[in-house]
Formats: sequence, structure tokens, C-alpha cells
Amino acid sequence: MSADHNHDHSHDDHHDDVGYHATVKGYVIGFVLSVILTAIPFWLVMGKVLPTPRVTAFVILAFAAVQMVVHMIYFLHLNAKVEGGWSLLALTFTGALVIIMLAGSIWVMFHMNANMMPMADPQVMRNMP
Amino acid sequence: MLSPIPVTANGTPPVFYDDGTHHPEQGTLLGFWLYLMSDCLLFAVLFAVYAVLGRSYAAGPSGADLFDLPIVAANTALLLFSSITYGFAMISMQHGKKSGVLAWLAITGLFGLGFLSIEIWEFAHLIHEGAGPQRSAFLSSFFTLVGTHGLHVTFGTIWLVTLMVQVNKLGLTTPNKRRLVCLSMFWHFLDVVWIGVFTFVYLMGVLP
Repeated sequence: MSADHNHDHSHDDHHDDVGYHATVKGYVIGFVLSVILTAIPFWLVMGKVLPTPRVTAFVILAFAAVQMVVHMIYFLHLNAKVEGGWSLLALTFTGALVIIMLAGSIWVMFHMNANMMPMADPQVMRNMP
Repeated sequence: MLSPIPVTANGTPPVFYDDGTHHPEQGTLLGFWLYLMSDCLLFAVLFAVYAVLGRSYAAGPSGADLFDLPIVAANTALLLFSSITYGFAMISMQHGKKSGVLAWLAITGLFGLGFLSIEIWEFAHLIHEGAGPQRSAFLSSFFTLVGTHGLHVTFGTIWLVTLMVQVNKLGLTTPNKRRLVCLSMFWHFLDVVWIGVFTFVYLMGVLP
């Protein structure tokens, strides 16, 4: 969809008429980046490289976020010009919803779990209604 | 005698505000993208469920006991390879090479089938070990999330075979090209979801 904005020629069998203009170079760059961004998290977890699990979790989540962006750019060919910007706008809106929903759910349910801890004494538990 | 030019009462030609030039030319692709965004919300909800329940083992096995990371790595590699082979199918499509499109689609489909075979084997193995979806909240949410992704790959593979038949029969017509672009978006989108699955479910699942 790159050069589609001011076409005044006929678009009967032009290859851009059904979408984007993909290149081998773009796919190969995306593939190599994805392999690197996949291999490092597996290595970090399987080799127990980082000192604590919490640090490892944050680092591999960051790698996943970067790899998702790489896939969006190189495989899904997303940029601000696709469909006049509507694709990116829809993605931004979805991303905002997803972040609110994920963060909200985890936050609320974590606190609910923390406040609803079962009592340690089994005798008390047994006498619960 | 009738004039061929439409005239209004005071003789000026009429002005049409809708000149028909603003219609989107690829409405299907934007519509399909919006479908993918709704699918993204569906997966996000399942991820949220897993985030909440993923450590509720009910005294059963945990991710560290069950997950076999080399197998997950193999699955990830299969999906990644299938992404780039689908990309090569798109490039063949742009060059108008029907046989190239069919060959790359076939290779992509084989990678998809390989992914599904490993996943079905993994699920069968877990259920055989007594770690089925009814064992704990962790396993229920695990099977729901990973199974939904697997179902999407299954339907994507069926769609891929259907498109191969259509391309073979009708050639690289404009509707077929549009369908190929839609499936490419679907296929790459599933790979994006898988990034979340292998990171959040498998890799973080084996962390203590």
C-alpha cells in the first residue's frame, strides 16, 4: 500500500491493487530479528543466566514486546500510511484497551487474592459456614 | 428539443457533492484488520485469565513440572519458518508466479501441520499424565489459551488449503490476491499471539 495514494493510472492488474508491496529484504530482516529475539529469551530461561526469576521475567517480557513490534512492521507491513492511518489507529485503540484490561484484571485479582487468604488454622476453616 | 446537458432553473450546471472518489479501495483489508483487532481482544482476555489463574495449581503439577522447553522452541521455530515462507508466497504473488505461490503455500501449510501435530501430541501427553484441563485452574486456563491459538492455526490451515485449490483452479485473480493478503495478515497475527504464548505461558511458567 506504499505508492497507492496518488495513482491516476488505471489499476486493473497492477500488483499494488490488493495490498502492500512486500520485499524479500523486508521478510529476511524481520525473520533474522525474530530468530534473535526468540533465541535470547529461551537462552535466558533455559540457562538460568540472570540472578533472579523476577529480573528474567521482566527481560523476556521486554523481548516479547520488541518482537511483536518487529512482526507488525516487517510481516504485517504496518505503518502510519496503511489504509490512510486507520489500521494504526485501530491497533492503538486495541492496545490501549488490552493494557487497561490486562493491568486492571491482574491488579484487582491480585488484591482480592491477598485479602481473601485462607486462614492458617484448619480448625477455623472447618467451622466456617 | 431536449438538451443533453442537465440544466437547473437559472441555467447553471448542477454540482454533485458526492463525486465518488473518496471510497476506500481496499475496504476488505481494513475490515479484516478490524476483525484481527477484535480477535486480539479475545486473546487478551484469555491472557488475563491465565495471568490470574496461572499459579493456582490446586496441589497439582506446575508449569515447571510439565513444560518441555525444547519442544516449545521447536514449535516456535516452525511458526516462525511458516511466517517467512508465507512471505515468500506473497512475493511470488506480486510477481504473478502461480506455481511459486502454490509451492510456498504448501510449505507454509506443512509447517502449520507440524506445529499442530506437536501441540496435539503435547496436549495428549499432558492429559495422559493426569494433567488435563480439569486438574487445576492453572491447567484449565492453559488449555483454553493455548487451545484457542491452536484452533486458530487449524482454521488458518484449512483456509490455506482452500485458497490453494482456488488459486490452482482460478489463477491469481484480484479476488484471490485479496484473499491471500487477508490470510497473510491472519497467519502473521497468529505468530504475534504465539510470541505472547511462549513468553508469558511457557517461559514464565517454568520460572520459579
